[in-house]
Amino acid sequence: MRENLHRFFRAARGAGVRVSPAESIDAMRAVANVGFSDRGILRDTLLLTLAKTEDEKKALGQCFDLFFDLPESSQTEPGSRGEEREATKSQTTGRADDQSASGLGPLAQMLLSQDRTEMAAAIAAASSAASLPDIRYFTQRGIFSSRILDLMGIARLRDDLDDLAATDTALTERLTAALNVLRDNVRDTVSQALLLYGREEAENLRNEILRNAPLSRIEPRQVAQMQLLIRQIARRLRERYSKPRKRQRRGHLDVRRTIRRNAAWGGVPFLTAWKRRRRDRPKIVALCDVSGSVARVSDFFLLLIHSLHEVVSDVRSFAFSGHLIEVSDLLETQSPEQAMQEIMSKVGFGSSDYGNSFADFEKQWMSAITQQTTVIVLGDARSNNLDPRADILRRIAERSKRLVWLNPEGRTAWGFGDSEMPRYATFCTVVRQCATAQQLERAVSDIVATYQ
Amino acid sequence: MAEHRPSAAIEAVESGLAAQGYMASRQIATAVYLAQQIEKPILVEGPAGVGKTELAKAIAAWRGLKMIRLQCYEGLDEAKALYEWKYAKQLLYTQILKDKLGEVLGGAKTLHAALGQLHDFGDVFFSKEFVESRPLLQALEQPTGCVLLIDEIDKSDAEFESLLLEILSDFQVSIPELGTIVAAVPPTVILTSNGERDLGDALKRRCLHLHIGFPEQRLEERIVESRVPGISQTLRKQLVGFIHQVRTLDLKKLPSVSETIDWARVLVLLQASELGHEMVKDTLNVLLKYEADIEATLPQVTTFVARASHHNVFG
Repeated sequence: MRENLHRFFRAARGAGVRVSPAESIDAMRAVANVGFSDRGILRDTLLLTLAKTEDEKKALGQCFDLFFDLPESSQTEPGSRGEEREATKSQTTGRADDQSASGLGPLAQMLLSQDRTEMAAAIAAASSAASLPDIRYFTQRGIFSSRILDLMGIARLRDDLDDLAATDTALTERLTAALNVLRDNVRDTVSQALLLYGREEAENLRNEILRNAPLSRIEPRQVAQMQLLIRQIARRLRERYSKPRKRQRRGHLDVRRTIRRNAAWGGVPFLTAWKRRRRDRPKIVALCDVSGSVARVSDFFLLLIHSLHEVVSDVRSFAFSGHLIEVSDLLETQSPEQAMQEIMSKVGFGSSDYGNSFADFEKQWMSAITQQTTVIVLGDARSNNLDPRADILRRIAERSKRLVWLNPEGRTAWGFGDSEMPRYATFCTVVRQCATAQQLERAVSDIVATYQ
Repeated sequence: MAEHRPSAAIEAVESGLAAQGYMASRQIATAVYLAQQIEKPILVEGPAGVGKTELAKAIAAWRGLKMIRLQCYEGLDEAKALYEWKYAKQLLYTQILKDKLGEVLGGAKTLHAALGQLHDFGDVFFSKEFVESRPLLQALEQPTGCVLLIDEIDKSDAEFESLLLEILSDFQVSIPELGTIVAAVPPTVILTSNGERDLGDALKRRCLHLHIGFPEQRLEERIVESRVPGISQTLRKQLVGFIHQVRTLDLKKLPSVSETIDWARVLVLLQASELGHEMVKDTLNVLLKYEADIEATLPQVTTFVARASHHNVFG
């Protein structure tokens, strides 16, 4: 049973629940207390000791159900299977008698006897011998299946089949059919194991690929995954930066608090209190180009920025292509998909006119920028040879704390064709390329970090 | 393996808590049982008003133990949570004992000898008599054990969490001047959190993690029954049915169990025997705490009431 628990811990790690050695010891102790007799209690016990957030509880619950469906744990309910075995035995013995099955290998005999319990047990034994719990990627399915079949003695079975083919066609057919069933069973076992043990690894791999894929060129079916990834990034940034921004500034005595704290000793300052300085939360004004070329990147960028509530106190976002509108309310009140659709229908897909959009911003919203504001412009700076109005950008830079320009295009393309990047870059505090989710994360992380 | 019918023991916990008016789900009872068996604190998370604090009170009442409560807030520190030296008493005693000290030190010829004699006293002024114990230390000092409730741990600073670690894993604290104080009987520790911030992994690792969500309809009916004895069966069913429908709405703050109980009390006070939409509209402010929520719910009230009574007839 302890073996089973260890395997379960591994499966739990595969499901994305972080199980530390200490936690597994706790779980062992707890399980020793409640025993295995009641499955409901066992489930509750493992959920209590291993999972430490609600998401983890959900994942672990699923993992538990899946795990205890595996044939490996079949010994817990031998009653029902045993009866079945009796029934199948009595059926098959009659037939197996007349056809002499002697001289066949053990696997062939087992297949012919059609004993499902025995087969399940044999598959389970072979899978643990083939260290099936080590499976990580779906590409390993084939190798593990064949390894299990090898261990079960498929080579001998093939020899038997060759021998029989000449002499007894009926038996050959039955054996071939049984072999196909066996293959299916093994494949199912391997797939289930992959689901149990390989999920996390596969997800990591997929996320890794996704993180480095250019945002503007991902396929529609990956959009949902990408949104999930962006939310993860947002959570990570929140965890990193939402800690109380309190820092003691030694050297400045807080007279008021010192006197109050020492009132009990007649004002003799036993304990001193020092002035504290609270850090500002970031204020962000984001201007996003949503013209055809960079719409996708803006989409994900806006999603990320607006998922950072606990870190960023004030976000105002604006979208533009030919002209500029404010979109903060849209993004706050609606789901990201709806909001993006509405934004696109209002300003999207036109050809971009940076000069005109900057002029719009200066006319109406320049007052949104204060000394604490970081202004982020996201765009490729391709203004279709219209007036870039870099003078407005200069005024924006002067009013704000920082001006960051994120460009989805590669550095080599800046300044070629109608790109105005070099001209804008002179006024920006930072200019960086931002084409993938990873670059996006770094960029936003750096912006938030300057306020810490 | 020690097979001593854990399911029976868990049921005993369930009925024990029920006797104190706390209707525990199976999972809660399992957690309480396990906490006792493997001596681990329970970290309870969940929305406000689902009975996290009540759980600690119920356990204390059921086991007949004292409950010591530590309410966390921003800026809570060692001096307020663990122990503090009684400076005033120390000062006063030195004043009073001045003469005595003079006598003792009178025989000494040199400063060095005086110091040596002073050392012989040991740390008189840093002994147990001068320690003001705060909740955490009090909990360890209880001779018969107790229930220690550390309420709303998420409100405290991250540093305070670290302070708790030693107590939670070994049930002991180290006071530099006195040494390590070990609990006479390990207290049952309940920590509650509203999830205002994510707690550290170190803290979570040391605890059983229990998430209490909104109860199922059946359970909530039983809770109302035990808390508001005067309520009629029809009203109880309709009321809980109504609240479960409200919880499906997208509101700022969903009504939780404490609101259900309050509302049930109000309705009993108004001598209602059935849920009528006029009455619901008048008393909705007991249930919902934001103007926007009330406005969002009002248009639905008629449907919900109808559905709740309908369900009652056929369900």
